Amino acid sequence: MIQGLAFYLFACITIASAVMVISARNPVHSVLFLILAFFNSAGLFVLMGAEFLAMILVVVYVGAVAVLFLFVVMMLDINFVELRQGFLQYMPIGALVGLILLVELIAVLGGHHLAAETGVHAAAPVPEQMTNTQALGELIYTHYLYLFQAAGVVLLVAMIGAIVLTHRKRPGVRKQRISDQVRRGPEDSIEVRKIEPGRGI
Amino acid sequence: MAEFLEFWNAYLWPVLWIIIKIVLIVVPVLLGVAYLTYAERKVIGAMHLRKGPNVVGPFGLLQPIADGLKLFLKETIIPTRANRGVFILAPCLTFILALIGWAVIPFGEGVVLADINVGVLYLFAISSLGVYGILMAGWAGNSKYSFLGGLRSAAQMVSYEVSMGFVIITVLLCVGSLNLTDIVMAQKSVWFVIPLLPMAVIFFISTLAETNRHPFDLPEAEAELVTGFNVEYSAMPFALFFLGEYANMILMASLTTILFLGGWLPPMDIIPFTWVPGPVWFALKIAAVLFVFLWVRATFPRYRYDQLMRLGWKVFLPVSLAAVVVVSGVLMAFGLAPGSAG
Repeated sequence: MIQGLAFYLFACITIASAVMVISARNPVHSVLFLILAFFNSAGLFVLMGAEFLAMILVVVYVGAVAVLFLFVVMMLDINFVELRQGFLQYMPIGALVGLILLVELIAVLGGHHLAAETGVHAAAPVPEQMTNTQALGELIYTHYLYLFQAAGVVLLVAMIGAIVLTHRKRPGVRKQRISDQVRRGPEDSIEVRKIEPGRGI
Repeated sequence: MAEFLEFWNAYLWPVLWIIIKIVLIVVPVLLGVAYLTYAERKVIGAMHLRKGPNVVGPFGLLQPIADGLKLFLKETIIPTRANRGVFILAPCLTFILALIGWAVIPFGEGVVLADINVGVLYLFAISSLGVYGILMAGWAGNSKYSFLGGLRSAAQMVSYEVSMGFVIITVLLCVGSLNLTDIVMAQKSVWFVIPLLPMAVIFFISTLAETNRHPFDLPEAEAELVTGFNVEYSAMPFALFFLGEYANMILMASLTTILFLGGWLPPMDIIPFTWVPGPVWFALKIAAVLFVFLWVRATFPRYRYDQLMRLGWKVFLPVSLAAVVVVSGVLMAFGLAPGSAG
């Protein structure tokens, strides 16, 4: 019973905050509601027994991605009332995208009912006496190692691409060079002179 | 009556029992926080050849209570242009996050509120959430100083989390489990601080950055940003930030203790040491780590922002990443990896 209660609590908050993400007036509030939605979906993962995924969701999305997101949104100066002006104009496209997503979701989740033979591809349940961290590790790092590495390489290329595209050399920037500082000794900067009284240098 | 008894046994008593356990954890933590502020002032006072607080009560022992009472009785001021909801939520969030981490900390063998499989990840997740309190406070106050403090803090905490994650992975490689109790039990023969000493140092420095302590307390660098992210806060909300920061320090010290100093285990498994109960050893080790926190504060000047970023990304990240490779290589080469044959 308590589990059911927890499920409805998490599910309701997730959906309510997801609605608030798109209806909140202030963009920062939107991001904060998005974080609340992430957090509650992590709660749903825990209820399903996928505690590793839940923690990774919090660490990666809430702890890192959403922070940077919030970071950017806080710095923006956008008039959101102005942005809403074209709402009706863009609504058909938005509705179409939403519809396509809905159909795809139904196809994925209800696929077994439409075509029974796809059932063999359904995810196998976690074997007994194995924590799901171990099960995931087995899957990713043992059975699908090369695909996983390939995915990593694709992400790396994307990251390097983004850096190359946005990096620019600015002239006149003075950087601290640690090696120069370490190499510099007293003889480079100080000169000891014996000065005769009343003569000056 | 029988129905009530059944209901009591099935629902009310378990809930009540959990609440009792939570109180048993939270009250000592808050007392520890109060006396950590006292210890900080005394220790730094001693290092500066001063006396520290010595007026309120014997040896100034009632000073933290007097401070708390003062903050409690002051008026809470909310700036007119502030974003009220977020402004009030931020200190509450900081404080709550600093407390819920304690749910998975094992104080002794089997003395733990929630012995979950992914204890380390849970603590890591909670500590990575800490940035929100500061970021929200910085933004909601509608002041440029607090906003700058919040931004610095966000960048700093995200940067140091990465190397902290890698250091935790090296420990997990030696243990083969994410459960905190298993991590402590794996240190029965030798504490991880000895084989993984460089990692322990990196981890400790990263926790300094993660808790925004000296020498990385840039979010509240008072010389440049007045007091940074909490400049608009007064009275109880300010006290909540303060309590949250110190509770976080104790939490991080206990994480360091569990990962590297053998948790509740005595230093040697021989008779005079084993007489002392585990939680006492645990508390002593936490106190030792916290002393180093204070020592660092009294000794080092504050880092400059670009130096802080360079240390995180160009020194700690490559070193800890290399350490993951080296540790796993050594474990595999000598067949020491947990779960491997031999």
